[in-house]
Amino acid sequence: MAESNKEIKCVIWDLDHTVWDGILLESDEVKLKAGLVEVLKRLDSRGILHSIASRNEYEFALEKLKELGVAEYFLYPEINWNAKSVSVGNIQRNLNIGMDAIMFIDDQPFEREEVKNAHPDITCIDATEYLELPELKRLNPRFITDDSRRRRLMYMDDIKRKVEEDEFQGPPETFLSSLNMKFVIHDAKEEDLQRAEELTVRTNQLNATGLTYDYDELNAFRISDQYKLLICELTDKYGSYGKIGLALIELKEDCWHLRLMLMSCRVMNRGVGSVLMSHIMQECKKDGKILLADFKHTKRNRMMYVSYKFANFKEVSKDEGGHILFENDLSMIQPFPHYIDVKIL
Amino acid sequence: MEIKEKIRQFIRANLVVFEDEADFTDSDNIFEMGFVNSLFAMKLVSYIEQEFGITVDNEDLEISNFSSVDRIVGYIENKKAG
Repeated sequence: MAESNKEIKCVIWDLDHTVWDGILLESDEVKLKAGLVEVLKRLDSRGILHSIASRNEYEFALEKLKELGVAEYFLYPEINWNAKSVSVGNIQRNLNIGMDAIMFIDDQPFEREEVKNAHPDITCIDATEYLELPELKRLNPRFITDDSRRRRLMYMDDIKRKVEEDEFQGPPETFLSSLNMKFVIHDAKEEDLQRAEELTVRTNQLNATGLTYDYDELNAFRISDQYKLLICELTDKYGSYGKIGLALIELKEDCWHLRLMLMSCRVMNRGVGSVLMSHIMQECKKDGKILLADFKHTKRNRMMYVSYKFANFKEVSKDEGGHILFENDLSMIQPFPHYIDVKIL
Repeated sequence: MEIKEKIRQFIRANLVVFEDEADFTDSDNIFEMGFVNSLFAMKLVSYIEQEFGITVDNEDLEISNFSSVDRIVGYIENKKAG
């Protein structure tokens, strides 16, 4: 089987005989494996998340992790008596990332088999290999950006938001208003390019073309007069979601042509998806042009297709490779939602 | 519950305005009235697919099929009959 070379976004750890030596329910005196903390920290600093799928008593195991000083590194830990494939599935849903971007590490071949059977796209490795993780190519992103360094903290903010949202009584609008969201759109600067490349590589669900561009290509677009490269950041009362959206527009004689449009899945529930699109449509209309847009169906980007269609884009052509050319006459442009303060810099 | 009632209920639960401000008839264009956002569109499509066991084809993804309660119900009935 061909090994995937997709970047790993999250490592899911077993506990007994994997994170620590020994079995917690047999001995309270378990010790972290030698060098494990360094592995956790190194990956964490690269923006790679950690989680847990372990069969144990939740409270007991979590207490132990706290005592050992590593609890804070694990997001959405699944410590229960379910099959590990179920736990892994829960973590994947909570993080909203692809199974092919997850690595599962466990000392027992049976558990790895069970997980791999249920989730063929996951990568499973034996616990004995934990010290080698930082060297693996798939755990070495090309750039470490501010967004990657802060990634775990941003996810922890998301968890707080989620708790508040779940407890909120009333229409979604009121909740969204209470977040005091600010959405800033600006031309990408040189210091944004690493993050821009990272976004094209990491974004699957809300990516209109599935294309990825590297730093040099993006920089060429950035300095060219014929292109506009926009990047956006969302913040709310909890803090910044980071740079979460990117658009590349080719400025042609008679039209603007949207070549690339993507939005981080982390903001999917915020109703901000249409803001960047509306901004581009407004600017294009001011310039007296019509708007074309490239689109390509991938396995995961149906939501983006729906967004385009509901933004009144019409398909004008479609080739055999599944590339769609959309056109928008800009007769209907959705206003910015009033619960978001939009700033154009 | 009949289809119309289910759709009304779904829209009500997913409105982006305060409930008492959102008075809409079965023929009102809910998109033009600003009651819903882009996320709503995707939620609505998923809901229709799951609740009524139909697949919304790409060709059918036009606002005109989903712009009012009446149109949504008409679309679903058509699909189920087909």
